[in-house]
Amino acid sequence: MRNREQLKEKALKAKDKPAAIGPDLDLSQYDKAPVEHRYIDHDELLSLPSLEKERLVMAGIDITEQERVGTYIQKDTAVVHCDVKQNGIEVIPIKKALEQYDWIWDYYWKLVAVDADKYTAAAELDLHDGYVIRALPGAKTVYPVQACLYMDKNNLQQNVHNIIIAEEGSELHVITGCSTSPHMKRGAHLGVSEFFVKKNAKLSFTMIHNWAEDMDIRPRSVAQVEEGGLFLNNYICMKPVRSLQMYPTTHLVGENAVARYYSIIVGSPGSEHDLGGRIYLKKPGSRAEIVARTISNGGKIVARGHLIGEVPEIKAHLECKGLILNGGIIHAIPELEGHVDGVEMSHEAAVGKIAQEEIAYLMSRGLSEDDAVATIVRGFLSVDIPGLPPQLKAEIDRAVEESDKDVM
Amino acid sequence: MLVIEDLQVELAGKQILKHIDLEIKPGETHILFGPNGSGKTSLLMTIMGYPQYKVTAGKITFKGVDITHMPINERAQLGIGMAYQRPPTIHGLKTRQMVKICAGNGDDVDPEALARQVDFVDFLDRDVNSGFSGGEIKRSELLQLLAQNPDLMLFDEPESGVDLENIALVGNTIAKLLQKECSPTDLKSMLQLKRERTKMGLIITHTGHILEYLTADKGQVLYNGVLSCADNPRDILRCISEMGYEECVRCAIANN
Repeated sequence: MRNREQLKEKALKAKDKPAAIGPDLDLSQYDKAPVEHRYIDHDELLSLPSLEKERLVMAGIDITEQERVGTYIQKDTAVVHCDVKQNGIEVIPIKKALEQYDWIWDYYWKLVAVDADKYTAAAELDLHDGYVIRALPGAKTVYPVQACLYMDKNNLQQNVHNIIIAEEGSELHVITGCSTSPHMKRGAHLGVSEFFVKKNAKLSFTMIHNWAEDMDIRPRSVAQVEEGGLFLNNYICMKPVRSLQMYPTTHLVGENAVARYYSIIVGSPGSEHDLGGRIYLKKPGSRAEIVARTISNGGKIVARGHLIGEVPEIKAHLECKGLILNGGIIHAIPELEGHVDGVEMSHEAAVGKIAQEEIAYLMSRGLSEDDAVATIVRGFLSVDIPGLPPQLKAEIDRAVEESDKDVM
Repeated sequence: MLVIEDLQVELAGKQILKHIDLEIKPGETHILFGPNGSGKTSLLMTIMGYPQYKVTAGKITFKGVDITHMPINERAQLGIGMAYQRPPTIHGLKTRQMVKICAGNGDDVDPEALARQVDFVDFLDRDVNSGFSGGEIKRSELLQLLAQNPDLMLFDEPESGVDLENIALVGNTIAKLLQKECSPTDLKSMLQLKRERTKMGLIITHTGHILEYLTADKGQVLYNGVLSCADNPRDILRCISEMGYEECVRCAIANN
């Protein structure tokens, strides 16, 4: 098994290593033992209890699978549904891939360090499963592949590892929803994700989080984009969680490679979000953009962003806007790091409240004060994402629409 | 009918409107003149109901209802609308959605058809007022009033910043909104149309260009928070352009 032993060894050494930032979790308090769930086919998926169905739909999952080219659903530690409908697109549970395919070793733990912290270590030491999604060279999808990591067992620590590969000239869209069953209260989700966007490929990855109030979430993801490639990374989390910390990183290693991050975060009372985005621009012509919209409803949000320009002729922009609606803290930490002459980097950060003038303007068009505020908040949360298929845009709008009822 | 009686208004503790009396009957359009800082915009904002303009005395009545302390949105619902000079940008809210909001969010509004009237179709999918030029803001405001269709319309310098090509469009649209168009038909004579006019307008202007597109019933001069003169708007305009607002000071003193 290749260097698996070495990986395990490294992981063991890091199993108690706290993360660089964010609240530290005591992982011994969670159960990690595998939970059995049987495989369900397409028809059974359609006949799930309506409450569970609702949770899946909220996380962006289309259970009819009609407008999806593939589906991966993992419940707790078990893969319960996995299929694909388009030639040139592969969706494989990672455990199966590790057993059956040699090529996976070119990707597995190649971007994320297994010993980065105790969360990456846990994902190696007690790997439950995860998905490998690959678009073969030149394959293009119109509809997205959907993946769902669903948690049902109370107090579970779910360890997953995902790998997404967009081969040369391909176009791949992935929507992934993470959710918990309605009765679930507490648990932890540790998810490693590695993204490979090859020459002239396009990958959009849209993640919608829909957790329970006492969940702790520690995603660990790194992407690599080659020449002429485009990586769009969208993240939406508007439901309460106890703590969430992540700092997804992208390396633009080819000329004219592009990465854009868009995130929409709502922090409810009792929640602590610490999230950021870091993009290394390593080749001329590469471009990066990080856009974050945060609303605090009484929670704590640390919104970080870090752009590193290592060569001339790169362009990068960071935009972080926060609205404090009902108390709480928004802490914006934008960082720009230019290493040479000829970089073009900028940022725009603002934390504030809704302008009275805007409320009055809308009221003079007939809206009540509450409706005016809701309209402004909806506008604040709606970001135009260039390159995102309209269908995914609609999905994001729907998720925002669903959740902003709770925001008010 | 709009009736303002002995209105006194403060902004941030400073008195900015003094003993204002004004009456606009159904079908009438008034022009409001006055130098910069005389309180013209404040009067419009007070009528619209902006709470920072604090009414310390007097009364505003519209359609027989005392609206002196009514919230902005209730005034809008009662039929008051305003075309702003410098409206705020609302990020993420498309002009198309704004038009629907103005029309009360009903299904029967056709934003394209309305936008065509002010040559604004290309802007429907842009955020309201975001990066709009001076002239585009005027057309956006008129589009919103077309959708809102209020009975009393307050225009804050509708022709400022508008280029020569668009001034006719703006002027004619305001005339249309205020039912000032000359369009007698076989069924109705001009006199009948005039009698049936119900829309009321109050227009702030510095240049008077707007008077080339519609006839106003009355002109008012606001000077230092005091309405100093009420006369034929063209006469006032001539007087101001020949003698400046200095003359209005004398009139104001004479009035008091």
